[in-house]
Amino acid sequence: MIDKRVGSVHAAVAGIKDGSVVLIGGFGLVGQPNALIDALYEQGARELTIVANNAGSGRGAGLPKLMEGGRVRKIICSFPRSRGSVVFDEQHKAGRLELELVPQGTLAERIRAAGAGVPAFFTPTAYGTALADGKETRVIRGRPYVLEYALEADVALLEAWQADRWGNLTYRSTGRNFNPVMATAAALTIVQAQHIVELGELDPAAIITPGIYVNRVAHVPYGHPPPASANPQD
Amino acid sequence: MAKAQAPPPFQPLDRAGMAERLARDIPEGWSVNLGIGMPLMVGNFVPASREVIFQSENGLIGMGPIAKRHELDTWIVNAGRQNVTMRSGASLVHHADSFAMIRGGHLDLCVLGAFEVAANGDFANWTVSLSGAVPAVGGAMDLAAGARRVWVLMEHTAKDGAPKLVERCALPLTAVGAVKRIYTNLAVIDVTARGFEVVDRIAGLSFETLQERTGATLHMQ
Repeated sequence: MIDKRVGSVHAAVAGIKDGSVVLIGGFGLVGQPNALIDALYEQGARELTIVANNAGSGRGAGLPKLMEGGRVRKIICSFPRSRGSVVFDEQHKAGRLELELVPQGTLAERIRAAGAGVPAFFTPTAYGTALADGKETRVIRGRPYVLEYALEADVALLEAWQADRWGNLTYRSTGRNFNPVMATAAALTIVQAQHIVELGELDPAAIITPGIYVNRVAHVPYGHPPPASANPQD
Repeated sequence: MAKAQAPPPFQPLDRAGMAERLARDIPEGWSVNLGIGMPLMVGNFVPASREVIFQSENGLIGMGPIAKRHELDTWIVNAGRQNVTMRSGASLVHHADSFAMIRGGHLDLCVLGAFEVAANGDFANWTVSLSGAVPAVGGAMDLAAGARRVWVLMEHTAKDGAPKLVERCALPLTAVGAVKRIYTNLAVIDVTARGFEVVDRIAGLSFETLQERTGATLHMQ
């Protein structure tokens, strides 16, 4: 019987090696697998390359805690700077952290390509800008493009809404974001899910990530993300 | 004794006024991405009865207004990390599909802020320096490369009075030759083969004064 469920987030992150490239889902506070990130901190793996859209905010939890704990060698992301990205700012300024800045669409497509067996692709994004420096370019049908390479990873840490024992996943609202893309691009895909359902309960048409992409599922029913900090005061 | 200054005969638009002026020019049926900052305000000025489809880069098509407290669903965020609502008819995609939609030319319009826009359509909006402060780019370069139209929404001059419409950008570029139109607190300006062409300007503002505050030649349309 196929059963990808594991008993805890600690079991979920067991065996992640030093030096791993780790994809982490989420856009802002939504869809980010915070319980898995905290478990990764406990697990102790170091020299990590973290791939995420943002570099976290605040201190003492999540991505900032991993960085403060000296576990992260490099961050690949599109928007590290935010109100409250104090830990990233400090670590980067002190030279303890390398940053590879990637346009958000290029980041998503590099990850998608890795999962899809496409080793490289051309994109119009960033042509003529500093983010294309040193990269091969080509004019195709009269328009210039930049060559970008697939971003393969050792581990993906994801948050899903529902999961079954085959690892089939659904996502909630904009909690989807990078998660389904990252699911395909890592050798080891680890998921925290709010709801574990019986096999067959998910409508096949509603499954966003087929279970063949998924290795481990932990049940983390934490509830809802906090209200967004950028909401205007009403 | 200090010479009394005559008050200017024109009243520059405030941020809401700028967003409202741009919103007026978006027709029903267009699909539109609004960048973070002032561009996100544009959504507040398109009445729901004029059905414009707002796409949020994090995979929401049919974004509605900012959520009021009674309707707050913290799973729904926009690119500016605000909790928003979903309009009837909204749909959701993942990040690669969202940017495929953006890069593949499926959006009629993106509205972005900028530090500088050049007369050839180059613009700079992601960092003021390549060393020093932590840079961040987000989806701006993809939007500029993929949207059918790029409109910039920004003040006409910087806080120190320096022009933001320039001959050539000094700051790191977001995209080359991308901008079609600029909405400022003083005027609406098209970017064409001739350079900057004035489409509209606020009441009481002379062409000469507008030219004084612009760093490249302005043409009348």
